[in-house]
Amino acid sequence: MATSTLSQKRPLFDPEILGRAVRDSFVKLNPAQLLKNPVIFVVEAGAALSSVLLIRDAAMGTADVWFNLQITLWLWFTVLFANFAEAMAEARGKAQADTLRKTKSDSLAHRVTAKGAVEDVAASQLRAGDVVICEAGDTIPGDGEVIDGIATVDESVITGESAPVIRESGGDRSAVTGGTRVLSDQIRIRITSNPGETFLDRMIALVEGAERQKTPNEIALNILIAGLTLIFLLAVVTLQPFAQYSVNAAGTGTAPSVAVLVSLLVCLIPTTIGGLLSAIGIAGMDRVMQHNVLAMSGKAVEAAGDINTLLLDKTGTITIGNRQAVEFLPLAGVTDVELAEAAQLSSLADETPEGRSVVVLAKEKYGLRGRELAQHEATFVPFSAYTRMSGVDWNGGRLRKGATASIEQFVKEEGGSAPDQLRELAEGISRQGGTPLAVANGKRALGVIHLKDVVKGGMKERLAELRRMGISTVMITGDNPLTAAAIAAEAGVDNFLAQASPADKLNYIKREQAEGRLVAMTGDGTNDAPALAQADVGLAMNTGTMAAKEAGNMVDLDSNPTKLIEVVAIGKQLLITRGALTTFSIANDVAKYFAILPAMFMAIYPAMGQLNVMGLHNPKSAVLSAVIFNALIIIVLVPLALRGVKYRPDGAEALLRRNLLVYGLGGLIVPFPGIWLLDRLVYAMGLV
Amino acid sequence: MTSNGVLQVVVFFLLIVLAARPFGVYMARVFSGEFAFLRAMERFFYRVVGVDANQEQHWTQYAGSLLSFSFVSFLFTYLLQRLQGVLPLNPAGFGTEVMTPELAFNTAVSFVTNTNWQAYGGESTMSYLVQMAALTVQNFASAAAGLAVAIALTRGFARQQASSIGNFWVDLTRGVLYVLLPLSVVGALFFCSQGVIQNLSAYTQVTTVEGRTQVIAQGPVASQEAIKMLGTNGGGFFNANSSHPFENPTPLTNLVQMLMIFVIPAGLTYTFGRMTGDQRQGWAIFSAMAVLFLAGVFVVYGMEQAGNPELARLGVVGGNMEGKEVRFGIAATALFATITTAASCGAVNGMHDSLTPLGGLVPLFNMQTGEVIFGGVGAGLYGVLLFAVLAVFIAGLMVGRTPEYLGKKIEGKEVKMAMLAMIATAAAILLFTAAGSVVGTGTLNNAGPHGFAEILYAYTSAAANNGSAFAGIGVNTPWYNVTLGIAMLVGRFFIIIPMLAVAGSLAAKKKLPVTTGTLPTHGPLFVTLLVGTIVIVGALTFFPALSLSPIAEHFLLLEGRLF
Repeated sequence: MATSTLSQKRPLFDPEILGRAVRDSFVKLNPAQLLKNPVIFVVEAGAALSSVLLIRDAAMGTADVWFNLQITLWLWFTVLFANFAEAMAEARGKAQADTLRKTKSDSLAHRVTAKGAVEDVAASQLRAGDVVICEAGDTIPGDGEVIDGIATVDESVITGESAPVIRESGGDRSAVTGGTRVLSDQIRIRITSNPGETFLDRMIALVEGAERQKTPNEIALNILIAGLTLIFLLAVVTLQPFAQYSVNAAGTGTAPSVAVLVSLLVCLIPTTIGGLLSAIGIAGMDRVMQHNVLAMSGKAVEAAGDINTLLLDKTGTITIGNRQAVEFLPLAGVTDVELAEAAQLSSLADETPEGRSVVVLAKEKYGLRGRELAQHEATFVPFSAYTRMSGVDWNGGRLRKGATASIEQFVKEEGGSAPDQLRELAEGISRQGGTPLAVANGKRALGVIHLKDVVKGGMKERLAELRRMGISTVMITGDNPLTAAAIAAEAGVDNFLAQASPADKLNYIKREQAEGRLVAMTGDGTNDAPALAQADVGLAMNTGTMAAKEAGNMVDLDSNPTKLIEVVAIGKQLLITRGALTTFSIANDVAKYFAILPAMFMAIYPAMGQLNVMGLHNPKSAVLSAVIFNALIIIVLVPLALRGVKYRPDGAEALLRRNLLVYGLGGLIVPFPGIWLLDRLVYAMGLV
Repeated sequence: MTSNGVLQVVVFFLLIVLAARPFGVYMARVFSGEFAFLRAMERFFYRVVGVDANQEQHWTQYAGSLLSFSFVSFLFTYLLQRLQGVLPLNPAGFGTEVMTPELAFNTAVSFVTNTNWQAYGGESTMSYLVQMAALTVQNFASAAAGLAVAIALTRGFARQQASSIGNFWVDLTRGVLYVLLPLSVVGALFFCSQGVIQNLSAYTQVTTVEGRTQVIAQGPVASQEAIKMLGTNGGGFFNANSSHPFENPTPLTNLVQMLMIFVIPAGLTYTFGRMTGDQRQGWAIFSAMAVLFLAGVFVVYGMEQAGNPELARLGVVGGNMEGKEVRFGIAATALFATITTAASCGAVNGMHDSLTPLGGLVPLFNMQTGEVIFGGVGAGLYGVLLFAVLAVFIAGLMVGRTPEYLGKKIEGKEVKMAMLAMIATAAAILLFTAAGSVVGTGTLNNAGPHGFAEILYAYTSAAANNGSAFAGIGVNTPWYNVTLGIAMLVGRFFIIIPMLAVAGSLAAKKKLPVTTGTLPTHGPLFVTLLVGTIVIVGALTFFPALSLSPIAEHFLLLEGRLF
């Protein structure tokens, strides 16, 4: 079957996407559609106006038809280029949505009736609350919860991960997604969503951008550029009477033609950011998806850029999840080897990663080979929550390992007494962030195994990076405060929440928010749902429960909690791209004035030629090259808008300085050589 | 430029730097209600108006109070002018025939909006009663209203999750009683000591040495002079304003007058820092203003000192002295012209119409950028904060966060209000200038680009609530009186109300904690950004109009053509 993942790599200018975008650019010329983009709408109105005048002039044979034709064409190109930018951004999503839709065949569902019989109905007829049976080879007909049985499921449609996952009733692995396929066994599923509202449907809608709404910052930016457009409209409209006055006063020259005035207007209004703004937003969502994260709204991505506090689960995010034995600490009068041997023997039957790591450490450090103990000569004592110990009775010895208090109790019951040193050693380990595991042989306490959380490689650097970005990190853990503090210090998180219950998490988030901070977190369990909903960015793991996925505003299809850091970076990149192109767009105007104003006024006051600092050939070439520059810059910047401005994690001051230099000062300077070059070109080609 | 001239600029600037802190601290304490020595008088006023001083106002109530106060002030000022013929203290016997309805409307609007545009000549139109009871009173009232708005906006930044931004009546009363009145009394006494007149005598008729008769106007000048500068009002008792020896007799009074224009606006930047809890923020605003101010001064001074190349060719050297008082000289006039238009004062100690083209460009540009270079009393601060909001919004995104200023998120509402204010003033200047350049050319005294500059200057001055004039244009016509009046109203209330809306919106927000990810708004980088935003946004809006007036005139001058 076709694997369709969000993260599939497509080149930026994939031919299929390109073709779709070009087609859509023309569809978007519809003024009713353009009305939501006031800047480009004004350009279209200007282009339409100069087209009408062009036709009139051509019919009457007046004015400079050839020049006006070129201006008019470039004005239309400006609109098309802006449409193209948006269409490009949308086309990628649409192409992905098409692929996803193909996987959504209307399969047959085996519905269990009220009487317990099984009937076949179309998946599209299922309602929330129906119970269906799925066997190996069946496509799961809708989102639901396993209420009976266990099965392996291929979820590659959603996640792109081809390795099957296990779904079973009860617990946090009971959620199944419509469109995925059962590979083995049989499960009963209670459907939880109505047709058209399934996860896959929502995913398609999101990828396609059908429900895309402008984010708050995008709306505010739109107000700004619409306002600037209005101001420039005032400046240009009043220029006509100003110029007419000057013509009368000077007694020579003519006031600028409508085509030239429209050209000036189009050059001044922020067409660059106006044309690219929605593309930037769509592309930002798209970039999140390429990280295999499904953002439920653009608002969530924007909020990610604003995050002040990141709540990171210790296990699986900061540490690699399993503790490992790193040291044996014998009591006085006990040798290393004796302790190691006892620890190893007591762990032989312990299949937990911790238990295995004890065996491995004993082997590596003391060359003790794991012995095969036959069932008849040894009695294994499994771990129980009641005794909080495990071990083995073998060869007359009663070897136990477990929590310090439990071992002390055990030793006492055996008729001995554990020396104070045992507790001291254990506390020493706790202080370092480790977990002590005491070992005893009957009434004789032997020592302590040091189990340690291992911080993921590179985590320290990433957390330091976050701090530079002004984001404080909080480690969430069920450990006791002592252990938590030590790991927090080792990993370099700013704060930790020890022995955290879901309610603690929720309260912590509320407290941070009350102080004006924006908080992001990840979660997968049902009990995480309230906190996920409360957080400004709640990244739910796809392996998690439906409740968690619905509470969060993003779902990570890879179920990798570390991804939260990437999401924050993408949010920031989105905002930076917006700011950079706005700044660039406004800064560009200075050069355009120097191109067009002298061209306009030289006929009235020839002395104004001194403002022609670029030495452009003549008024027509000056106006035309400014208009061409204004149109081309949109196309040139499309890749930047789609990829986003390069983001380097850094403090605000450094970021601002660099971006102001590149996009502010750059925006001021670049158009001068650009327009100059275009002027040479149009002149050399004899266009004016 | 001469070293003496440069020294004058430097000394003036240093005095302002020194004054900012004490005045800023004083005003912060006044508006926080820390002073009570005039509490009895305060209470009297509150009882008269019928307000509860402890009752804070939502921004809409605050704006409503300000609007109703301004409207009543307008009516009062209008009626006093129209009725001056039947009222006392009118030794020159001015009646209603000189005070037409349009002129009275224009003047009333002018003084209520802190513009002090004068389509009338004081000594030839206004009775002493109108000068004192209508105009001088408004000099206090309109300045205090502007001060109140700046303080309310500052509270918007300082407070969090608050629904109110202060009480307009309390702020107004305290502004007058504790700030404007005491300083004006001291100032007026000082001016008297320097020879500024203060009397209610009839005009004096004298015989000149040539044997001709001349009428010398008299009046209560000193008392109006002090508040004229301190309240950045600028409406002179006499038509010649501060170039008249009875208003501004000596270089010392000239220096004091200039200091009085800037002292409150400069102090307010410190007040802002203090009230928002971060003094560096106030100094950043001060620095941005200082950069723009010094740049402007030296352009004007440089151009005036260089003078007219045509005269230089005839062998006349020594800069452009046309329209300047010999007792002040070029530097002090250039300085005054820059200060009066940087602030929304509008008093003049020389004729701006006679400045060189580029020398005249600076005052025009100062006003067109919204008079945010220290600016009017209160108006300068809320004007520059409007630009700061825009600068933060545009560039703030480039640090990868949605924009925030002083811990307040700048969102759709703030941007909408800031843009509304920008559009309204740009529209008032550009649309009326456009109309004026078609229908208002009949009373122009100069041709060519200079004539156009006169129209542009008039509407710019009105919309920016400055009140200085290029003169050279007869503005006491129904067309100019009415349109300039409307421009003044737009320029005043279409900024004040949006900025109060911003204050209300900001006050309701949480204050976000500062992290290394927060856009720093106190360093040189932000100062550069703010200066850049002010200059570029101003230049982009007005460059076409300016290029057809002072810029064209400059290039034509270089070709030897004069207007």
